[in-house]
Amino acid sequence: MDSKETIQQRKHRRFLTENTDFEVRSLDAESFNESELIHPWYYNLKYLFAGLLFGIILVKAEVISWFRIQEMFRLQSFHMYGVIGSAVVVGILSVLIIKKFKLKTIYGEPIEFVSKKFNKGNIYGGLMFGFGWAITGACPGPLFAQIGTGATVIIVTLLSAVAGTWVYGKFRNNLPH
Amino acid sequence: MLDLLKQPWPWYVAGPLIGLMVPALLLLGNKSFGISSSLRHICAACIPAKIPFFQYNWKKELWNLFFVSGVLLGGVVVALFLQNPEPVQVNGALVSELQQYGISNYHGLVPVDLFNWSNVLSLKGLIMMVGGGFLVGFGTRYAGGCTSGHAIMGLSNLQLPSLVATVSFMAGGFFVANLILPWILKL
Repeated sequence: MDSKETIQQRKHRRFLTENTDFEVRSLDAESFNESELIHPWYYNLKYLFAGLLFGIILVKAEVISWFRIQEMFRLQSFHMYGVIGSAVVVGILSVLIIKKFKLKTIYGEPIEFVSKKFNKGNIYGGLMFGFGWAITGACPGPLFAQIGTGATVIIVTLLSAVAGTWVYGKFRNNLPH
Repeated sequence: MLDLLKQPWPWYVAGPLIGLMVPALLLLGNKSFGISSSLRHICAACIPAKIPFFQYNWKKELWNLFFVSGVLLGGVVVALFLQNPEPVQVNGALVSELQQYGISNYHGLVPVDLFNWSNVLSLKGLIMMVGGGFLVGFGTRYAGGCTSGHAIMGLSNLQLPSLVATVSFMAGGFFVANLILPWILKL
């Protein structure tokens, strides 16, 4: 890199290479937490099965319903708060147990957690997603499940969400983070 | 038993089961629970267009695309075998509010009065399906995660940024559902 780089430029370059994604592990600079094992593609079928169960739960709990989301945002029902709240409690306990007993994956690799840094996108992007959530009545998971239940028109919403992700990627450098 | 499964599942059954997705994915292969990143992988795989944000080895995240395919199949399985024949039961206040906008069909989880193919090109349809979808895709990636990645996985790992993101999701949702959506539904 150019040694005459200003602090501003360096900060910007660092931001561009930093992983701001809370979901994508393979992009973390220290890839210690990422599986080193190379498996054939069909090992991924277990995630298809996990997704299948998750999809069934989402639909049967009516989490994918536009009506339930409207109730949630009008404080007209406890249902969604109960679902998310109890999921978080079980999630916290599970993570505590995994950390306490240093549990390993089924392939014997240690399970590791990374802490992610705050950036302003957590707020601005979060608000934008909230707007979209109230309008479509769906977060990304339910979009897939809704299409599965036969609401084929939601393919339009999903494609538009892909487009939104692409536009974010395109203009990411110009957005406040 | 099958009749019981066909009924809507209460929150205290569904919530803990959703929470168990967190350890399940960690134990299966050190994977972080999250859905919205699948949209990023789709961009990286299909339309990367030399954008740095989409230049990475998406094949390493292939598991995530299998996972969301499973979610879609889950919807198919319910539609085929576990469909609840009754209309969705919602709060009476919401029913009378929605009646003003001509929404009266509660037979699907997705309201057919709003989301249907003949509505896609109407102003209301464009705002709700195309505009809403765009906000979901743009917002989740800008925030670095969605309800699953932040509100469930991030909070499970006690990540403060995930709490900020979750509060922002809810604030944005409350604002639009109560103050903006009525105007859209009137169209």
